[in-house]
Amino acid sequence: MIVEALAFYLFAAVAVACGVMVITSKNPVHSVLFLILAFFNAAGLFVIQGAEFLAMILVIVYVGAVAVLFLFVVMMLDVNFAELREGFAKYLPIGAAIGIVLLAELVLIGAGWVFGPDVAGVAASPTPALSEATNTEAIGRILYTKYVYLFQGAGMVLLVAMVGAIVLTLRQRSGVKRQNIAAQVARDAKAEVTVVKVPTGSGV
Amino acid sequence: MTELPNFQPATPEIFLAAASMVLMMVGVFVKPKQAYRTVNTLAILSLLAAAVLVIMVGGSTEAGPQLAMFDLFIMDDFAVFVKILILIGSVAALIMSQGYVQREGMARFEFPILIVFATLGMLMMASANDLMALYIGVELQSLSLYVVASFQRDSLRSTESGLKYFVLGALSSGLLLYGASLVYGFSGATQFDLIVQSIASSEETPLGLIVGIVFIIAALAFKVSAAPFHMWTPDVYEGAPTPVTAFFSVAPKVAAMALLLRVMLDPFGELIIEWRQVIVLVSILSMLLGAFAAIAQTNIKRLMAYSSIGHIGYALMGLAAGGEIGLKGVLVYLAIYVVMNIGVFACILTMKVQDRMVEGIEDLAGLNSHAPITALVLLVLMFSMAGIPPTIGFFGKYYVFAAALDAELYALAIIGAVTSVVSAFYYLRIIKVMYFDEPKEAFDKRQPAGLRGVMVTSGFLSVALAPFLSVIVTPAGIAAASILAP
Repeated sequence: MIVEALAFYLFAAVAVACGVMVITSKNPVHSVLFLILAFFNAAGLFVIQGAEFLAMILVIVYVGAVAVLFLFVVMMLDVNFAELREGFAKYLPIGAAIGIVLLAELVLIGAGWVFGPDVAGVAASPTPALSEATNTEAIGRILYTKYVYLFQGAGMVLLVAMVGAIVLTLRQRSGVKRQNIAAQVARDAKAEVTVVKVPTGSGV
Repeated sequence: MTELPNFQPATPEIFLAAASMVLMMVGVFVKPKQAYRTVNTLAILSLLAAAVLVIMVGGSTEAGPQLAMFDLFIMDDFAVFVKILILIGSVAALIMSQGYVQREGMARFEFPILIVFATLGMLMMASANDLMALYIGVELQSLSLYVVASFQRDSLRSTESGLKYFVLGALSSGLLLYGASLVYGFSGATQFDLIVQSIASSEETPLGLIVGIVFIIAALAFKVSAAPFHMWTPDVYEGAPTPVTAFFSVAPKVAAMALLLRVMLDPFGELIIEWRQVIVLVSILSMLLGAFAAIAQTNIKRLMAYSSIGHIGYALMGLAAGGEIGLKGVLVYLAIYVVMNIGVFACILTMKVQDRMVEGIEDLAGLNSHAPITALVLLVLMFSMAGIPPTIGFFGKYYVFAAALDAELYALAIIGAVTSVVSAFYYLRIIKVMYFDEPKEAFDKRQPAGLRGVMVTSGFLSVALAPFLSVIVTPAGIAAASILAP
C-alpha cells in the first residue's frame, strides 16, 4: 500500500513538474522532451489505477507517434519560437480562463462521483469487471467479436486515407538517378578505369 | 467460445472490400501504361458482380430483414433498392469517366479504386443499423470523395474544391458525432431497434434526444447538400473534374438520402411530430434556392449543382410527409433522379471543342445543327428535369406531391409547385440556347462509345420508362414497406 502511494506521488509530482517545464523552457526541443517524460509519468499513473491498456496506448500513440512528430516539426521547420512567445503576457488571461474552466469541469466530475453514489451505476459497461478480466483482454474480447464490423470498417477508412495521401502527393520525377545494384556490380574495372601517366609537375 | 458473426447478408460488401484490395495489387503489377484501363474495367466488373450479389442476398429477405455482424448491419428490401441505385450510379460514372480521365492526365489506376471504396462506404451506409456503423460508412464514403475531388492535382480549381469539401465535410462529421453522442446519452443505445424501444418506454421525450436528432439531420442535410447546408455544393461541383462531379451528383446523394430516410423513419419514426418541421423548413429552403439561385448561373456544372439542391428539396418533401406513401415517393424520385442526372452529365462530358472541355451554357449555342442526337437527348432530359408530363421527371414529382398532399402539408406542396415552375425557366433556357441561338464552334465529333451509350440510354429511358414506371414503383413500394414494418 505504502509503495503504491509513494509511486503515485512520485509519478504525479514528476508529471506536474514536466508540465511546467514544457511551457517554461527556452529551447523547444527541451519542451518536447519534457512532454515525452510527462507522458511516461501519466502512463505510470494509469498502471497504478489498473488501466494497463490505456498506459500502453499512451506510450505507443503519444510518445511513439505524436511526440516524435512534434520533435520533427520543431527540428525540421524554421519556426521562430521567440516570435511566437511574444504575445505570452497578452494571451495569459484567456489561457488562464480556459484553464480555470477545465479545472472546474474536472472538479464537477469528481464531486459528482463522490456526492452522488448512484451515478457510478449509470456507467454500464459492455466489458466484464476488472476482477474478471484485464483491460486488454476485455477490449480484445469485444473488439474482435461484437464490433468486428466496425473494426474492419475503420481499417478500410485508414486504407483509403493511405491511398489518398499517396495518390495526391507521390510524383514520378524524371531525371532522378536511382541505385541499380545489378548494373553497378556488373561493371568491369577494365572498361571503366583508365590509367593515365601524369608527368611530374605538369598536371593532368 | 463466442459464435461466429453472421456474415452472409454482408456478402456484397465483403466482396467489394476484397475486390478493391485485389485491384490495388493488379494496378501495381500490371504495366504502368495499361494499369488504368485494366483496373477501370475490373472495377466496373466487380461493381456489377456486387450488384448481382445484392440481388442474390436480397432475394431471401422475404422473411423480414436479415441482421448481420451482431446486429450492426441490416439487409432489407429498402437496402436492396438503394444499393442497386448506388451501384448503377457508380458503374455509369466509371464508364463515363474513361475518356475524360485519359485526356486530362488523371489516368492513374487509383481513380477507379477510390470510386470502389466510396461505393463500399455507401453500401455500408445503406445497411447501417447502428449509429456507429452509420458513422463508419459515412466516413469511408466521404474520405474517398475528398480525394477524388482533388484528383486533378495540377489544377488549382480541383485541389481547391477538394480542400473545401474536406474542411466542410469534417465539420459535418463533427455535427453528426455530436448528435449521435447526445442520442446515445439520452436513449442509452446506439442500435436503431434499441433506440426505438427506449423512446417507446419513456413517457416523455427527453429534450437532449431531440437536440441530438436535429444535429444528425443537419449533418445528413450537409451530405445531401440541402439548403441551408449547401454552401459547398456549387464550388465543389464546378471545381472537381467533370466525371467526378457526375459521380457526386448521383451515388453519394442517393446513399446519404437513404441514410436520412432510415434514421428518421426507423429509430426516430415515433418522433415525426418533433422533426417534421425541421425537414419541412430544409425542404422549402432547398427548393427556393434551387429555383432562384440557378437562374443567374452561366456555368453548366454550377447550374447542375443548384438544380440538384432543388431536387433534394423535392425528395425531402416526401420524407416530411412520412409514412409509406412518402417513403415510396422519395425512393421513386431518387431512382428517376439518378437516371436523369447520369444522362445530363454524359451530355456535359461530350462538350468538347478542339480537345478542350467547355462548361459555359453559351457554349451549347446551336448544338442542334452540329450534334442533333446530343441536342435531342439533352432536350428530353431537360424536359424531364423540369417535370413536364410525357417524361419520367413528371412522375417523380407526382409521387412526392401526392405524398405531401396526403399528409396535409398543403403549404409545402404549393411552394414546391411554384418553385418547379420557376426552375422550368432555366431548364427551358438551355433548350432555347441549343435550338435557337446562332451556332458557335462545333463540338468534337468523336466520343468514346461508353459515354455515348450511357447518354443515349439515359435519354431513352427518360421517355420510354414512363409507361412502364411500375418497374420502379413496385420495388420502391416493397422497399418502403420493409423499413416501416415493426
